[in-house]
Amino acid sequence: MVARVSQITVNGIRRQIDADSGRSLLSVLRDDLGLTGTKYGCGEGECGACTVLLDGQPARSCITPVSAAAAKPIVTIEDIHHPVQDAFLEAGALQCGYCTSGMIVAAVALLNKTPHPTRQQIVRHMNGNICRCGTYLRIVDAIQKAAQAHA
Amino acid sequence: MLDQLDRRDFMSLFGSGLLVAFSSKAQESGIARRVPPGIPQDVDSWLHVGGDGLVTVYTGKTEIGQNIRTSLTQAVSEELRCPAGSISLIMADTALTPFDMGTFGSRTTPTMAPQLRRAAATARDTLLELAAEKWKTGRDRLTIADGKITCADGGQSIGFGELTKGQKLAKTINRDLAVARPAGQSVAKLYARDIVTGKHKYTPDLQRPGMLHGGVLRPPAFGATLVSVEPDTLPGVTIVHDGDFVGVAAPDAQAAANALRQLKAEWKRTPQPSGAALYEDLKKTASPGEGPSIGSIEQGLASADIKLHATYTVAYIAHAPLEPRAALAEWDNGALTVQTGTQRPFGVRAELAEAFKIPEDRVRVMVPDFGSAYGGKHSGECAIEAARLARAAGKPVKLVWTREEEFTWGYFRPAGVIEVSSGARRDGSLTAWDFHNYNSGPSGIQGLYEIPHQRNIFHPANSPLRQGSYRGLAATANHFARESHIDELARELAIDPLAFRLKNLAEARLRAVLQAAAERFGWDSKGTSNGKGLACGFEKGGYIATCAQVAVENGQIRILRVVEAFECGAIVNPDHLRNQIQGAISMAIGGALFEQMRFDNGKILNGRFSLYRVPRFSDMPEIDVVLVDRPDLPSAGAGETPIVGLAPAVANAVYDFNGTRLRALPLSV
Repeated sequence: MVARVSQITVNGIRRQIDADSGRSLLSVLRDDLGLTGTKYGCGEGECGACTVLLDGQPARSCITPVSAAAAKPIVTIEDIHHPVQDAFLEAGALQCGYCTSGMIVAAVALLNKTPHPTRQQIVRHMNGNICRCGTYLRIVDAIQKAAQAHA
Repeated sequence: MLDQLDRRDFMSLFGSGLLVAFSSKAQESGIARRVPPGIPQDVDSWLHVGGDGLVTVYTGKTEIGQNIRTSLTQAVSEELRCPAGSISLIMADTALTPFDMGTFGSRTTPTMAPQLRRAAATARDTLLELAAEKWKTGRDRLTIADGKITCADGGQSIGFGELTKGQKLAKTINRDLAVARPAGQSVAKLYARDIVTGKHKYTPDLQRPGMLHGGVLRPPAFGATLVSVEPDTLPGVTIVHDGDFVGVAAPDAQAAANALRQLKAEWKRTPQPSGAALYEDLKKTASPGEGPSIGSIEQGLASADIKLHATYTVAYIAHAPLEPRAALAEWDNGALTVQTGTQRPFGVRAELAEAFKIPEDRVRVMVPDFGSAYGGKHSGECAIEAARLARAAGKPVKLVWTREEEFTWGYFRPAGVIEVSSGARRDGSLTAWDFHNYNSGPSGIQGLYEIPHQRNIFHPANSPLRQGSYRGLAATANHFARESHIDELARELAIDPLAFRLKNLAEARLRAVLQAAAERFGWDSKGTSNGKGLACGFEKGGYIATCAQVAVENGQIRILRVVEAFECGAIVNPDHLRNQIQGAISMAIGGALFEQMRFDNGKILNGRFSLYRVPRFSDMPEIDVVLVDRPDLPSAGAGETPIVGLAPAVANAVYDFNGTRLRALPLSV
């Protein structure tokens, strides 16, 4: 008998689910709860498209078993309301935008912890997120602008 | 989602008061809007002004991050004289948009934008005609701006919608009407807020009522054939077994993955190519080929003071768009609708019609704005697989390829071998150029330099891997070889590489970008060994020059700074152009330094991001883009050509840094 997970707390709301405990949080968010803002990119935690906040920390939902997330608050892009989103728009820090949700969630995690990161801190923190269109420098600019706006 | 899309189309057609009434049945099957075959010449196939004044534009192009949804909206807005916010584009829906070959070859800006401009200009002309009639006045008394027409006589004005009442503009596009050059405004990317809030629906995000999730059982290697598979049935799962194809459809993605794991298949493998002897194999299987040739190579070499011969290679690389191939297929009474991320919706429609032996008018392909392609999504394999599963299951089926599938079962940028023999005089004039590209392709192979005796030949060969289009095609390979070799000649002659190029280049537009890049970079013609390199080129109407500054540290090439000048005629949207160039340079770093498919006996060995290194934040140099605007010239596309200069500029910079000549991509010290 496979252990099951029956509820998780996403974006401040307790949600009833019925999932094998080993299933990825990503699949539960997307397929069971319809929260498709969080993306599948690689399934091995290498690209960051699936980044969510787990207890305030950035987590790769594609390699996080839903059981490991059951007792912690989960925040997805759908509940992010942060100046960095406007900064992305102003900096034109996206092309196809498929990586953008993960980039923004990762950036929010950074800015929550380090409100005024250096360029080097941004690069180090964001290095696990891939933008195949190559908008990296604009993303760094956007994060810096958002940090300045917060000053 | 289909409902929503249909509803949007419905509103744009009915809500805006088209006179023709369609049955909802017809609308459901996607044949409500009759678009003439070929390239329609009537305004209404491309553009409709609704009774509410909203303008709907139809184009078969796809939006994949190159921001053509924005640039084409700009074109219509400028020509029709209405705000961008009053325009919406229906893109890449084979039931609603005119036929289109596909979104590739940087063709949107030079062909689709003028096409829509001409349609919009004709619409504008018709609106003015209608207003003149209405007010019984001369056309010269009217001004058209901001979505309305105003009359100088009494100062009255009327909105486009009030004028047309949403009726079709039954006009043939007047090709004699003058259309304007782009205004060159940095209009912000449309619908970007939907992306930064996670609302935009990419292909894998689409849903249909009753939808199942699909999965495909993949062979262990290329060329393997299925001997047996069991079981035939699993509870709650549709299993399709047809020849070598085995796939499943299940109520959720996990059930589909579980079902695949339970299938035990025996495959028969046959010996397949390996990467070890790749370049020898390409040369062995090459055909004589063809290409432009002038003068006599023998004569050119005979008159040279120095002669060089060198061989360059480029590896297979993957597009690796972050959104893997995905499709959602649904059958209704023998008619098929597939929503899928492809650059060629009409090509995929033809593939589906062929695969299922049904007429093309029974197939509708719809493409959402998707998570990019870079030339990698021309084909419909995922769409066909989803449609097979949907047909068997009798329900809509969504199939999203895994990253490993995307890395393995699509196609690759061709590998190639390029051999160059050349001759030059001591004074720096080139006398002979004999350039042979084996397998990677003819794009950008044409001669740039003024050489009296030259030959540029592409030799097709047998590719051991499935290969296809890629951003810039073979222009990257051909520019890498050509610009590396030019650098080798300059060094051999002890002439500054910039001066050597300028001595042998006549094309004013190319010289202009080369000088612009060199100036911004601070190219020092004295050329001390400090790790700088340059390259220039031309492809698809765009002129490019790239300067790079590198260092080699701990056996790694580190790109410190890149300056790239680009000229593609009149600039459409400066910020988006800059973004494309920055993105192309960033992407090019992968092909230049890391990316290479490894394969052995028909198996891809590095088909995942943990094994296939792509550029990341920490790889980014300082990038300085110089836009050279030519408002007097037609606009060319800019999504591809800016990728071609980086690799040779970096290779030349490595030579400048430590005297090591690197002739293979990816570069390795």
